[in-house]
Amino acid sequence: MSARWLVKGVAIAGPGGRDEIADILLSDGVVAATGAGLSDVGAQVIDAQGLVALPGLVDLHTHLREPGREDAETVETGTRAAALGGYTAVHAMANTDPVADTAGVVEQVWRLGQAAGHCDVQPVGAVTVGLAGSRLAELGTMADSAARVRVFSDDGKCVADPLLMRRALEYVKAFDGVIAQHAQDPRLTEGAQLNEGEMSGRLGLAGWPAVAEEAIIARDCLLAAHVGSALHVCHVSTAGSAEIIRWAKSKGWPVTAEVTPHHLLLTDELAEGYDPVFKVNPPLRTAADVAELRRALADGTIDCVATDHAPHPVEAKETEWSEAAFGMTGLETALRVVQLAMVDTGLLDWPGVADRMSVRPARIGRLAGHGAPLAVGGPANLTLYDPAASAEAVGPGASKSRNTPFAGMALPGRVVATFLRGTPTVLDGKLV
Amino acid sequence: MKRHLISAADLSRADALLILDTAEELASLADRPIKKLPTLRGRTVVNLFFEDSTRTRISFEAAAKRLSADVINFSAKGSSVAKGESLKDTALTLEAMGSDAVVIRHSASGAAHRLAGWVQGSVVNAGDGTHEHPTQALLDAFTIRRRLRGSSTRGAGLDGIRVTIVGDVLHSRVARSNVLLLSTLGAEVTLAAPPTLLPLAVENWPCAVSYDLDRELPKSDVVMMLRVQQERMNAAYFPSVREYSRRYGLDAARMARLPDHAIVMHPGPMNRGVEIAADVADSVRSTIVEQVANGVTTRMAVLYLLLGGTEFPAVAQ
Amino acid sequence: MCATGSSVAGRDGLAVLDAEEIRRALTRIAHEILERTHGGEEVILLGIPTRGVPLARRLAARIGEFEGLEVPCGSLDVTMHRDDLRLRPARALGRTDLPVGGVDGKTIVLVDDVLYSGRTVRAALDALTDLGRPRTVQLAVLVDRGHRELPIRADYVGKNLPTSQREVVRVMLSEVDGQDVVLIGEEGRKS
Repeated sequence: MSARWLVKGVAIAGPGGRDEIADILLSDGVVAATGAGLSDVGAQVIDAQGLVALPGLVDLHTHLREPGREDAETVETGTRAAALGGYTAVHAMANTDPVADTAGVVEQVWRLGQAAGHCDVQPVGAVTVGLAGSRLAELGTMADSAARVRVFSDDGKCVADPLLMRRALEYVKAFDGVIAQHAQDPRLTEGAQLNEGEMSGRLGLAGWPAVAEEAIIARDCLLAAHVGSALHVCHVSTAGSAEIIRWAKSKGWPVTAEVTPHHLLLTDELAEGYDPVFKVNPPLRTAADVAELRRALADGTIDCVATDHAPHPVEAKETEWSEAAFGMTGLETALRVVQLAMVDTGLLDWPGVADRMSVRPARIGRLAGHGAPLAVGGPANLTLYDPAASAEAVGPGASKSRNTPFAGMALPGRVVATFLRGTPTVLDGKLV
Repeated sequence: MKRHLISAADLSRADALLILDTAEELASLADRPIKKLPTLRGRTVVNLFFEDSTRTRISFEAAAKRLSADVINFSAKGSSVAKGESLKDTALTLEAMGSDAVVIRHSASGAAHRLAGWVQGSVVNAGDGTHEHPTQALLDAFTIRRRLRGSSTRGAGLDGIRVTIVGDVLHSRVARSNVLLLSTLGAEVTLAAPPTLLPLAVENWPCAVSYDLDRELPKSDVVMMLRVQQERMNAAYFPSVREYSRRYGLDAARMARLPDHAIVMHPGPMNRGVEIAADVADSVRSTIVEQVANGVTTRMAVLYLLLGGTEFPAVAQ
Repeated sequence: MCATGSSVAGRDGLAVLDAEEIRRALTRIAHEILERTHGGEEVILLGIPTRGVPLARRLAARIGEFEGLEVPCGSLDVTMHRDDLRLRPARALGRTDLPVGGVDGKTIVLVDDVLYSGRTVRAALDALTDLGRPRTVQLAVLVDRGHRELPIRADYVGKNLPTSQREVVRVMLSEVDGQDVVLIGEEGRKS
């Protein structure tokens, strides 16, 4: 594979807010030059007229399921899906089996990612041993390991004990770590199936009230401020949560937040036919929540989009709602959903997308080598995207699992190419 | 085309009246020497009961057999389901055996919806989790109409009849179906319960809500008591059975405050002494026993209309 | 059985029996019933809905006038026993109203407006069998239009009306349709 690539006539989504049409020359893993009319000597050429160039996307929240649930996904298949979605780095959540609460497991996941080579895999370490919520895991050892863990999360479960959450926030200050909280008060959500509201009352499904998320976020923002440590809020799903985060940021507190693509587009009304493909944690909420989340992402209150890609085997979803697993896949459709929900509605421009899907997630994840704007000398992590590609129905993709809520939906756009340190992982929409 | 009966919301006023009027015609069958009609001969009805319910299952079985249908009873205990077979595989097995209709009772809300996607025949929801129980609402409406409007009431709805439903609405599929069906038929429905046992968005339902049972009694033509499970006390829905009974139980004193013509209903099984006193359950106002007979008749009407022809008739609205 | 009247509206078609002729036919039938049943002994008139029912009532009234005898009268809905149920969406049921005392040992006179293929009467006989054991069953119709598909015949006929199968016979009675007339029209559908 050639070490030199010339991307011709692409719109560079720069951080300055400019959409400048130019050529980009990639050589030996870095951006060697940008400008008009660059020479193509010794380089493979990509005609990128009409395309947008984004810095390689970074996902702060993915479930690769390996080790333990390889029937749903492996690091190999998950990272293939990530590359097809334009991602050059993903953070792999810790709720595997065994749980990623030791250096051993996080290093295993890190090595699997390297071997697969489709994108960088940055393991997330668990906050508590076994995700049981009672004892801190060896956060420092995981930070010092080859995997260099900086983001810690019990995602899937909430760190509900306020004392433990305080200790975790304090402890990671020593190595610039960040605690990513899955905000869900367990007592208020026992047996919960669907957003608590009109739909849940009508369908006879136990409700998951918004307050169970908001109360934990409020508490954690106060704790983070009190001990002076970084808090990241996973998958914000309610308007109230966005307001609380806006308030915390207005105080200058070290709080960041993410939202999933599905929470930017879908509502609980989809549960009408009891199809568990729409069952997810936190649940789909109301149209008013979707509108507020979009606004919050647009004004930066919510820092980034994170997929919470959660693959499940067919039998976990082809069953009664209350028996079905929670979760939706999302790596391959994320950018297209963001285009539909944010760009085509005029809420965010492409430089904004670059910021929310690459720059900020890399910063929050303390991930060197990613999220850098496309400038000379920077790493050649690049995503080429065609926003004008005609809306195509979402079909089966590279993920091992099929539980996408967008199946059959016509989403705009198409990821054309993805480059990881100057080497293409995806060309013409297909894995290399 | 109406292939299934899954929710009371599936029925328009005209559909519901057609079912009640058909049931009215079939009611006299019980008095005849030969309690059988040949109409569903050769059709197979499967009773797919994942939850124990002898009463409802027998009711559907009697209804199907009186129409000469073949009945296959499938109960989950000791079956392949107990060994872990999924709902989908059970459905596919029934399909392979060729069932015209499946009557399903299941503990998961939405099970009937899911089943309808996997079988070719008709699905009748006999109770799915806390979602709905439409044939219960139909037999309740039939009972109310007969008792309060007499038995020669073809085409009549329940307009202006005031119904108060009392108890654990939050977890009651009977309440959900009744609120929908009774209001479709023109009744004025009020729910009486402690706030903890009402769903969050209940103010959007087609009914009124009250926390004060005593205030509703003198203006009720029908009082429908729902069963209250003792387990709810452990989840802090109410402090004690005694307090629940005192505030929301129907005892003889409360029954005396009802208008003279008013009737007392209960879908069964009852917790005598909790939501309903024994002397109330056994009183002449109580329709509890005739609800059982009416259950067979209304279920016959539903099975006939779904399976007797090519499809449920399109009724001029 | 009456023709499916949906496509024959109002006075479309040729009137083959007017109100006077209908009246005379019913009077004659009433007398014939009395002659052939030993003066109406143990007779029950059962009309087949829809229009057989008012016809049965009129016959009972005539018999009452002539003999001062009150003949029990009722209706027998045959929908559940039809042989063509599976060809169409399920039909709404008509009323079955049996006089007190049942049908055992009685002389049942089934009453209908039109006799055509004979299938309705076959269904009525099956329905009757499930209700009890009459001593005899007879059939009175206002119009016999031929084209029997089963070995069924009427004991009492108001008028024999040779028709082609393309034609539709429509009986209108004041109790149901506001006027008394029998019409023949040209339509494609056999009812």
